[in-house]
Amino acid sequence: MPTKIEKDSLSGQNTTGHEWDGLKELNTPLPKWWLWTFYACIAFSLVWVVIYPALPIPGATGTSGWIAREAVVRDVQQAEARMAPMMSRIRAATPQQIAADPELRAFAMAGGRGAFANNCASCHGAGGQGALGGFPSLADDEWIWGGSLDAIHHTITHGIRANESDDQRQSMMPRFLADGVLTRAQVNDAAEHVLSLTNRATDQAAAGRGAALFTENCASCHGEKGEGNRDVGAPRLSDQVWLYGADKASIVHSISFARGGVMPSWGKRLDPAIINMLTVYVHSLGGGE
Amino acid sequence: MAAIAASARSAPGDQPIMVEGPIRAFAIATAFWGVVGFLVGVVIALQLAFPLLNLDLEWTSFGRLRPVHTSAVIFAFGGNALFLTSLFIVQRTCRARLFGGDDMGWFLFWGYQFVIVMAALGYVLGITQGKEYAEPEWYVDLWLTVVWVFYLIAFGGTIIRREEPHIYVANWFFLAFIITVALLHIGNNISIPVGLGSSHSYSAPAGVQGAMIQWWYGHNAVGFFLTAGFLGMMYYLIPKQADRPVYSYRLSIVHFWTLIFLYIWAGPHHLHYTALPDWAQTLGMVFSVMLWMPSWGGMINGLMTLSGAWDKLRTNPALRFSVAAVGFYGMSTFEGPVMSIKAVNGLSHYTDWTIGHVHSGAMGWVGFITFGALYYLFPVLWKKKGIWSERLISWHFWVATLGIVFYITAMWVSGIMQGLMWRAYDELGFLQYSFVETVEAMHPYYVIRALGGVLYLTGGLIMAFNLWKTVTDGEAAEPAPRLVPAHAVAAE
Repeated sequence: MPTKIEKDSLSGQNTTGHEWDGLKELNTPLPKWWLWTFYACIAFSLVWVVIYPALPIPGATGTSGWIAREAVVRDVQQAEARMAPMMSRIRAATPQQIAADPELRAFAMAGGRGAFANNCASCHGAGGQGALGGFPSLADDEWIWGGSLDAIHHTITHGIRANESDDQRQSMMPRFLADGVLTRAQVNDAAEHVLSLTNRATDQAAAGRGAALFTENCASCHGEKGEGNRDVGAPRLSDQVWLYGADKASIVHSISFARGGVMPSWGKRLDPAIINMLTVYVHSLGGGE
Repeated sequence: MAAIAASARSAPGDQPIMVEGPIRAFAIATAFWGVVGFLVGVVIALQLAFPLLNLDLEWTSFGRLRPVHTSAVIFAFGGNALFLTSLFIVQRTCRARLFGGDDMGWFLFWGYQFVIVMAALGYVLGITQGKEYAEPEWYVDLWLTVVWVFYLIAFGGTIIRREEPHIYVANWFFLAFIITVALLHIGNNISIPVGLGSSHSYSAPAGVQGAMIQWWYGHNAVGFFLTAGFLGMMYYLIPKQADRPVYSYRLSIVHFWTLIFLYIWAGPHHLHYTALPDWAQTLGMVFSVMLWMPSWGGMINGLMTLSGAWDKLRTNPALRFSVAAVGFYGMSTFEGPVMSIKAVNGLSHYTDWTIGHVHSGAMGWVGFITFGALYYLFPVLWKKKGIWSERLISWHFWVATLGIVFYITAMWVSGIMQGLMWRAYDELGFLQYSFVETVEAMHPYYVIRALGGVLYLTGGLIMAFNLWKTVTDGEAAEPAPRLVPAHAVAAE
């Protein structure tokens, strides 16, 4: 339809004179505050573009000379410099010296807490409580490879069965059924014997038959009475702590197919100072010897 | 004023020249996919609060359901709403039948629903490009390209054969949306299938170039799909329901061109403090800051159009949705530029603050403007006097508003807390919190967020019921006068 400019009595503004499906438009000028705020945003942007890098030319910076990569490096260096004196003392000390010195110990506990949460807690639990399925608790006095500061330091540094360090904790239980060492019936008898160590045998006759099998096949690592052996990382079988479950089916599975958890060699990943701090922290969780 | 009020002849009613069947289908699909999208959103919000709900099944894990939610609300709910309103409005404001007629409308409808179903099936089965908001694999992308080209032909063809001398502002925004989304979709989905018969593909650009193209796409999916398109909707709904002329034609021109010029450069603000070169980050930030006023131009034009008609908010609950939508739009388009400033972004990036920001825009702006459109269009399309129950519209409004408030305040608190916890150092120089402690601290807010989602979903169900009753039980409208031929109007 042709242009037909009208005056809107309410606002006093003219329409543009067009109409679509009954819709019209007023020809109101741009709001002043809107326009000036828009100009201010453009001015802000222009200033920003002069100060900060805004040109796709290698090496071009703004007048401030700020470069994101350099700023990160600077921040990291500042943070490191702040901690450097303490970190170098921690690095140079033995775990025993750290544990004995209140100042070093407080620092190590603070750093160990964070390092533990970020690196260890996913398997061992936030408080080191462990989890069923081969993740030992670090908060009790049951240690597979030893709970002294030195033993913990060694385990953390070199790991367990991860093949990342020549000094790793290494041992491997045989797969008694899978490799044909024992028959299915013999595995059952051995499992009954293991249960009898904690007075839980369900079939005394089988447990009796299993005693000989145990002496022959298991005692060399786990001990005559199932008391365990830290030298070869053989867990104690005569207590209530079970890594893979205490029921008979779990024990039968362990004998048949063997078990063996893996822990990385953290010496390859973490600063020696952080390993020292982790050692002191883990030692403090409840089971340190 | 009297002259302006003469627009009554275009009141809801019989418009024989319009293609309406497919548009009714788009209206139903909008409500349907809305409820589906909100439901999946509630499910994944609960999964974040209670991970057990992942059910230990790959198909129901968060990683697969999350794109089902985002695509359902953006492309299924939002997309159908855009087809619905653009095809309705372009015919009304051009006084022209849809180019391609009913066949074209039905092709667009079924073609687009096919895209949605194929995309969602792929997500659940683990077929994804891994690009946020562009997850569908190459075979869905190709089909969507075909549908979209026909959409452009239908929309552009209708504008070309228009009976009006000028193109209404809503159609500028719809056209910018259709053209730009085509560019974005093709640009971000250039890929090579892994092999003949493989549903997977390699992205053509890799590394930081790939990331830059992805966020050029991602940000403009927000800018052109969720902003420009829905502004087109707003420019029809608010003046129509308020029965007032648009506040300022000049503002609409200036904010349209500044918006579409500035938006397209703002994507790099999604990649602050990454491997993206500094200069690109700087430009992404300043273009976002300059975008503030162009975005607000739409809000001003929406709100100021109501001057002289504010009383209608009391009597027209559907208009209340449209107006609240514009309010949320203003809030998120202010928050966005603030969050793009690098110092703020250093705190907000990767936190729930971003999720809250997106949802104030998605639930408040996109959702509410669409609800307003559905409440307006259902009676028009089904020739009813009005919505079956205005009381239920009010219920929907308040329940959904409360849901949004729960959602965004929970995410603000959670996000800012998360950002502060990440950067907190103790007096010895160690990080104060481990990552998992920050997750633990967010748990109560995840529960509140899920509650907000439940309220929003409840509102959606109320709406679906009300719209269904409108179609089945609504009182029929009196037959409206047939569309007046152009020459007759001119003589008036």
